[in-house]
Amino acid sequence: MTILHWATLSPFLFALLIPMLYKYIKRIHTGWFVLIVPLVLFIYFLSFLPVTSSGGSVNQTLNWVPSLGINFNLYVDGLSLLFALLITGIGTLVVLYSIYYLSKGTEKLNNFYVYLMMFMGAMLGIVLSDNIIVIYVFWEVTSIASSLLISYWFYRKKSIDGAVKSMLITVFGGLSMLGGFSLLYVISGTFSIRELIANADMIAESSLFLPAMLLVLLGAFTKSAQFPFHIWLPDAMEAPTPVSAYLHSATMVKAGIYLVARLTPVFGGSAEWFWIISIAGTVTLFWGSISAVRQKDLKSLLAFSTISQLGLIMTLLGLGSAAFYYSDGMEDSLYTTAVLAAVFHLVNHATFKGSLFMTAGIVDHETGTRDIRKLGGLMTIMPITATVSLVGLASMAGLPPFNGFLSKELFLQATVNVVSFDFFNLETWGVLFPVFAFVASVLTFLYCIIMFAKAFTGKFKPENYDAHVHEAPWGMLISPVILGSLVIIFGLFPNILSSSIIEPAMAAIMPHTQGFDVKISHWHGWSSPALWMTIGVIVFGLGLYMLMNKWSQTSFYLKERDPLNQVYDNWYDGLVKGSQTVTRIQMTGLLRDYIAYMAIFIVMLLGYSMIRYDAFAIDTAHVSEVTPYMWLLVLAFTAATIAVPFINNRLTAVIVISVIGFLLSLFFVQFRAPDLALTQLLVETVTIILFMLVFQRLPKLKKEKSRPRFKLVNLIVSIGVGGIFTMIALSSFAFGSDVNYDSIAEYFIENSKELAGGYNMVNVILVDFRGLDTMLEILVLAIAALGVYTLIKLRLKGSEDV
Amino acid sequence: MKPIKSNEVMLQTLTRILVFIVLSFSIYLLFAGHNQPGGGFIGGLMTASGIALLYLSFDIKSVKQSLPINFITVIGIGLLLAVGTGIATMLLGYPFLTQFFDYFYLPVFGEAELTTAIPFDIGVYLVVVGAAITIFLSIAEDD
Repeated sequence: MTILHWATLSPFLFALLIPMLYKYIKRIHTGWFVLIVPLVLFIYFLSFLPVTSSGGSVNQTLNWVPSLGINFNLYVDGLSLLFALLITGIGTLVVLYSIYYLSKGTEKLNNFYVYLMMFMGAMLGIVLSDNIIVIYVFWEVTSIASSLLISYWFYRKKSIDGAVKSMLITVFGGLSMLGGFSLLYVISGTFSIRELIANADMIAESSLFLPAMLLVLLGAFTKSAQFPFHIWLPDAMEAPTPVSAYLHSATMVKAGIYLVARLTPVFGGSAEWFWIISIAGTVTLFWGSISAVRQKDLKSLLAFSTISQLGLIMTLLGLGSAAFYYSDGMEDSLYTTAVLAAVFHLVNHATFKGSLFMTAGIVDHETGTRDIRKLGGLMTIMPITATVSLVGLASMAGLPPFNGFLSKELFLQATVNVVSFDFFNLETWGVLFPVFAFVASVLTFLYCIIMFAKAFTGKFKPENYDAHVHEAPWGMLISPVILGSLVIIFGLFPNILSSSIIEPAMAAIMPHTQGFDVKISHWHGWSSPALWMTIGVIVFGLGLYMLMNKWSQTSFYLKERDPLNQVYDNWYDGLVKGSQTVTRIQMTGLLRDYIAYMAIFIVMLLGYSMIRYDAFAIDTAHVSEVTPYMWLLVLAFTAATIAVPFINNRLTAVIVISVIGFLLSLFFVQFRAPDLALTQLLVETVTIILFMLVFQRLPKLKKEKSRPRFKLVNLIVSIGVGGIFTMIALSSFAFGSDVNYDSIAEYFIENSKELAGGYNMVNVILVDFRGLDTMLEILVLAIAALGVYTLIKLRLKGSEDV
Repeated sequence: MKPIKSNEVMLQTLTRILVFIVLSFSIYLLFAGHNQPGGGFIGGLMTASGIALLYLSFDIKSVKQSLPINFITVIGIGLLLAVGTGIATMLLGYPFLTQFFDYFYLPVFGEAELTTAIPFDIGVYLVVVGAAITIFLSIAEDD
């Protein structure tokens, strides 16, 4: 255990203390204690910056299950460090914000902070681990922690529904991912990401390459809310706002982004990876932005905008993977722009989306509503909140001089670059990327204006609010103000990030490409297509907002629920109903049906085996002669047996069955088995007496006098069972006489007198040679007798227990 | 069992004689088992049939008075006997359920063969009798 390991696990360890702190130190808000953890971790991770920015990395090993190659190895490079700083930095701010957001008196703070620490630790584990199985373990912990946090107010139905939905979708993805990881292990024989990257050529040639890739991507897409798995994210907005800000904007949803970025060196360069990620990202970008425009709830709007922005980052990672196609690095900047934009936008999105969620939370907290149809005119009442929101929204819309503008321009530039790619059929379809990017940017701009205008401008209507509306306490404002300042600082001085954070991260995503020279600037000259696109975005976006009165009455705008939820709901209901139907059809509760299943299964299995191995044989050579007396017995036996199903009276049936039994003892006489014949006679007699005793007690009302009903299925099944066993008997007789085994009987014949001193060989076998069988059989008899005795004598009343 | 309503003199008189024969024959079957058809199982069933005949002819109360046996105990004794013969051989260092036999001169019977299989068979006999009668009585006595 190195310091890095302790640091990664420290949130879990601290979570153990939280309930005690909550219980015994009531005076101080538990959040203040929690705040220390991410803050210290953030400072600790800052100390890695010099190492990674000079191109180095830190690698710490800790054996967990070395025999399976599963080790808790931590690996810090530019990409991990970027995420670790995001997680701890925003974590600190979110904890600070939550101290003022959640009340000490009314909320169960112990639960909240335990879940939050659990999440933070798991997230750190994901980004720092080198072993994919360890990543998977932490991955599932984030799913669990996220569901626990979404259902934090578990007495609300919507919270529970949202938690279940996010759990189902992300765990589905997580399990697929585990499958993908297992395939990667099958291909390469290692769970270590660095070794996977080293063996990327071998993986690319494997036939399992595509399945592994698809399964891993399922995990990444479900976690990062990519189309069509994004539907859990808007429903996750039932969580407390600090959770939404932390999990559902800055960290958890970026776990999928992290995974894609991390595995790009493994899978990148293939056409499938490029197309799947780029298309999924673009569709998500477009769908998220168009859905966000329709939302009336501030947090839903932000949720869809998060989806859209994640799609944007995903698109960029997809486009960036093209750099692997030309790994010798000619015209590098053309491809690496996309990765640069992805990393930069990742940071920017975390800052502005975090601050936007926090301001939305403040608006909710201070006014009691998040509905944009009720809100309005808050600018003068909440000036600081309004300012921070304006900065965040302007950055999200891509306006200068904020950081969103820079990454958005890089994004547009990257999509334009695609047009000049000349592989993967990009000559024909590549032109769609800038088109979609442009339309989605216009919509992004539109929902940003809508959000700001509806919430903060216009006329203040006090009657819409239950509470007395006022500016938030300063403590609640610290975090959004810090994030908002970062938006401005990164916007004005983007290059403070370039060599410290962005270049190492790019180097981690593209280990083969050397020497990035990241220079982010606001001005690219008039010739830059991205500039004209930005101007176009502003013009079209403003135009659409001006026309809002026209289209706001259409059903497109009025219905806000994502149509894909229908698919999910139908699937969910269908799954429940379908499984209920299957169970109802099959589990009838009728013993006769279960017996039919078993019989049919046995017949089919045996029949299949017989046909499969061609095991049919009939041998007449070893058959002994049948005497007329035997024929007579067989005839009587058969007649009695056939008669049984047709008898409509129980008593008669029992008598006929006993006739069969007595005929059987005659068979035993014929086959010279006097002991068997005697036993059969006596058992038959005792059985009849028992039958009579029981029949006396059958209830009068339900006495079944009718004939047994005829059922074709029963007839077929019973003929099948009889037929198959006859065939097996004939075949085994034929094969048995072929192989000429020496019967063990010879031994008993020779030794029954010598060794056991008895002439009755049957009895000698029963009590001497194989006495154990007999002993256990009498045990069976004893148990049966005691069972009958207890069943009849023990009469418990309803609630009594044995 | 139904309470006796009619006069069943014939049945009861015959039973008195028959049960005697049946029981004697069942004991014969038990001991003849080693060399002739028979054995503990058959003997036990035969005894059980004899006792069942008693119960069928007389009412349960009077049979219980003349046969004051708890048949569940009989099952237990039988199992103990059967397992005991096995364990006894183990104490002498032989595998479980090893059987021995030898020839002895007995005062009345002359030379006779005695074997450890006989107590085992008696155990079987007792379990069978006990189990069969327990089942009979449980069902018959149930109201």
